[in-house]
Amino acid sequence: MATQIRAEHELHRRRLSRNVGLGVALVLFVALVFGLTIAKVGTDPTDDLGVPGTEASQ
Amino acid sequence: MTDTSTSTSAFDAEKEAGFGDYFALLKPRVMSLVVFTALVGLIVAPVPVHPVVALAAILFIALGGGASGALNMWWDADIDRLMQRTRKRPIPTGKVEEGEAFAIGIALSVLAVVMLFLAANAVAAGLLAFTIFFYVVIYTMWLKRATPQNIVIGGAAGAFPPMIGWAVATGGISVEAVLMFALTFAWTPPHFWALALFVKNDYAKAEVPMLTVTHGRAITRRHILGYTLALAVVALALGLTSIGGPIYMAVALVLNVMFIKGAFAIARRDDAACEADNHLAERRFFKLSLAYLFLHFGALLVEATLAPLGLGGW
Repeated sequence: MATQIRAEHELHRRRLSRNVGLGVALVLFVALVFGLTIAKVGTDPTDDLGVPGTEASQ
Repeated sequence: MTDTSTSTSAFDAEKEAGFGDYFALLKPRVMSLVVFTALVGLIVAPVPVHPVVALAAILFIALGGGASGALNMWWDADIDRLMQRTRKRPIPTGKVEEGEAFAIGIALSVLAVVMLFLAANAVAAGLLAFTIFFYVVIYTMWLKRATPQNIVIGGAAGAFPPMIGWAVATGGISVEAVLMFALTFAWTPPHFWALALFVKNDYAKAEVPMLTVTHGRAITRRHILGYTLALAVVALALGLTSIGGPIYMAVALVLNVMFIKGAFAIARRDDAACEADNHLAERRFFKLSLAYLFLHFGALLVEATLAPLGLGGW
């Protein structure tokens, strides 16, 4: 029968903090790039996508 | 025997890095100055920026600054181990390996520059790339250990963020951006040399030439005065540009009179007087220098904020 190690070591806590930290950083990065895309598409004066009556939508 | 020692070190919890250790590689305290001055540069620029673009740009400028901090720690690991002030950094404590710091620094530098290019423009991204190159190659690798003017060169690297912020908004460089650069550039030497006069540091042990050691404390005092006078000219000239105004000018006048007075007090003293009152004038000057930069950039921010209400600016 396999013995399970259950004790929480300081080492596990630090690895968890690293993994959670990296995870949060990646999620925030994705959110930022998404927000940036929305902002760019919405404010670019040369972009006439979806605007009726413009060359691109005709 | 070798196996035992290897497995022991593999599970040495003291050497296991947490997220905070990697974050510490990015020099968060330096990053806060970068964020503040870059934000001011971006806000005072005459071209409005979408808030999300502004947020992203400031984050990527900060990330670029942090990446250059990691590369600085990678290169300086040998001297960081010798000095009291830097001994607890992630590499000297063994929590982060030198190669890891190098990889993180390079990866984040590339990410920050590419993302700033996508979020803003090529000029801002180019300036950020140059700042990283300047800080890591010109300052850290080349001149830091070669000349006692290292503080002046390091100060130049720290002075770029408001210029990058301005470039994010305008896509270019102007006299206002250059003067904001010059303000931080001329402020850095008196700020650090005043600190060097009253804090016992062990740069000599690490063989880093500091002006106080190579040319003596009397010369350092005169250098502080010289840079303080040059700084006053820059600070007042900035007030005459389009981003200045009566509020900035009043703040700059008061602060520069106080700063010059403090620099003259330091220049007139000798080490005996300095020891007698436990470096009182130097400590006061250093404290004032912290407020000096914050209040100058803060005043520019106030001018820009009041401008739409018809109150700020000339």
